[in-house]
Amino acid sequence: MTGWSARGRTSLVGRLLGRFISQSKTFAGIIVWVGIGIVLTIVVLAIFAPFLAPFDPNTKVATEETPPGGPFLMGTDRSGQDVLSRIIWGARVPLAIVAVATTISLVIGLPIGLLSGFVGGRLDRILVLVMDSIYAFPGLLLAIAIAAIIGRGVLNVSFAVAVVYIPTYFRVIRNHVASVKQEPYVEAAVALGMSKRRIIGRYVLPNVAQSVPVIFSVNAADSVLTEAGLTFLGLGLPPGIPDWGFDISLNWQRFDSAWWATFYPGLFILILTTALTFVGEGLNDILNPLLRKKEYKAAAET
Amino acid sequence: MAGSTASLRAYVITRVALMFPMLFLLVTFTFFLLRVVPGDPITAIFREGTPPDVIDRIKTQLGLYDPLYIQYFRYLRDVFTGNMGTSILTQRPVLQDISYYMPATIELTLSSMLVAALLGIGIGTFAGTRRDRLPDLGARLYGSLAYNIPIFAVWLGWLPVSGRFSPRLSAPPTVTGLYTIDSLLAGDLRAFIDAISHLILPSLTLGIVLSGFFVRITRVNVIHAMGSDYVEAARARGIPEQNVFFRHALKNALVPVITTMGLTFALLFSGAILTETVFSFEGMGRYVFQAIGYRDYPAIQGAVVYYGILMVIISLFIDILNAFVDPRIRY
Repeated sequence: MTGWSARGRTSLVGRLLGRFISQSKTFAGIIVWVGIGIVLTIVVLAIFAPFLAPFDPNTKVATEETPPGGPFLMGTDRSGQDVLSRIIWGARVPLAIVAVATTISLVIGLPIGLLSGFVGGRLDRILVLVMDSIYAFPGLLLAIAIAAIIGRGVLNVSFAVAVVYIPTYFRVIRNHVASVKQEPYVEAAVALGMSKRRIIGRYVLPNVAQSVPVIFSVNAADSVLTEAGLTFLGLGLPPGIPDWGFDISLNWQRFDSAWWATFYPGLFILILTTALTFVGEGLNDILNPLLRKKEYKAAAET
Repeated sequence: MAGSTASLRAYVITRVALMFPMLFLLVTFTFFLLRVVPGDPITAIFREGTPPDVIDRIKTQLGLYDPLYIQYFRYLRDVFTGNMGTSILTQRPVLQDISYYMPATIELTLSSMLVAALLGIGIGTFAGTRRDRLPDLGARLYGSLAYNIPIFAVWLGWLPVSGRFSPRLSAPPTVTGLYTIDSLLAGDLRAFIDAISHLILPSLTLGIVLSGFFVRITRVNVIHAMGSDYVEAARARGIPEQNVFFRHALKNALVPVITTMGLTFALLFSGAILTETVFSFEGMGRYVFQAIGYRDYPAIQGAVVYYGILMVIISLFIDILNAFVDPRIRY
């Protein structure tokens, strides 16, 4: 039982990795590596925050709104806290939320999408209806409602963000499965009398899995923005936890006199989300065979 | 042709019919979600220290002590008769509240969609027809950056950053509720300029952020279309490159773009909360955000019903539009 699933997974990961490495000199490959590099740098910042941050993020270390310079590379905010230290510590929250939220939505959305697409029929129609209803609801509003309901905390915010992205996985996977289901090799497996579980695990999953990394990185960038939006609106985190979105909400009204306290947290949100988008864009180019096939034609055109 | 119209009609009827179970689900889901969560409108609105008997009286008046299923059926009955209830917070009918906040959202939505569509389709097609050359790389960078700008990290002092209208001018008489249109109808040029100048910054901000996404979608689809067989066939027939693009490729490339834009459009009508917050623009987003904070059940439920209907109508409209742009689409 474990034998086939392990074999299936190795070949799948190997295949994706092989395709990925062979493309590393192309534009797509380069932006993937750049994206991964930036994300990893921010991860390192977050992990080693206690050693890297020059000051304690929650203590008043200087006069309010000291301009950047001297010991305060990015100035201080309206509470006299060091902006740079708050940014380094503040990286923890978005990263934790990206990791937890995308994992939750993957773990829930993927199996439901597989099931719905493969089984079809009435169950499929009901699930599509439910997921479309969630999808139709504006994401940030949904997250706000959930965050307002379940209260503050990093895990709660992750959950609120995750709910928003479950339908994305569901939709993409379900549609993909529905088309893969028609392929001769799946029909052959059905004709051979294999169990549904085995067909899904051995033949369907490996063929739809290429969509997952792309959705994952697109949602990751989006969830950083959703999280920042939530904390900006004052929902989500208990006080005392440094967070980029929260810092902007504290300082943005004083943008004219102390731009640095708003600009730098905003810049870091932009850097992190752009890096995640790079990963997604690049992966999309590499893993989406439709786009790759057209490459020579596009070249012929110029 | 007659067959396709008939199938399109059948499709429209199915979609409209499906709207009712979907709305029912949404309404039911929202109703119970609001009730199982801690907190209720009265404790959220009244400050601590309000005498318990006053709270009790109001709660009884609002029927908050009735069993849940009675509240639920009463609510369903109201919704089916078109009665959205009265907001607990503002004490006005929810429909009246929505029609008050709606015009601001419509103005912001239309103007920012205009910015986003012009930038998005323009840059997207420009990049898509020059794949992997410098403009394309620039456009891809723009697409990734613009899409990720945190809306609330914006700024500046030379345009009015808050509100929909200067308090020192008198607002034009309400006809449509859209200040820009109303002031034109009233022939008040100063009011019109004022309304527009309040609109520029929020819609530029929102429009630029949205355009990032549109650039990416347009670019990919133009690349797809330019690499397709019918474009190659058109080139083989010696049709000038410009005509190949405008007559053959662009139309096909735009189908998915229209779909995405339409859905974004629908989402915008629910209010861009962050943009509205930063620019003190009193629209639907602020209204619902506030309603959620105060557990204003009727207001939240009313807004959800309104979103649901809007979403269904717009996605139906997109499908019909696509069927006309691309006659191969059959339902």
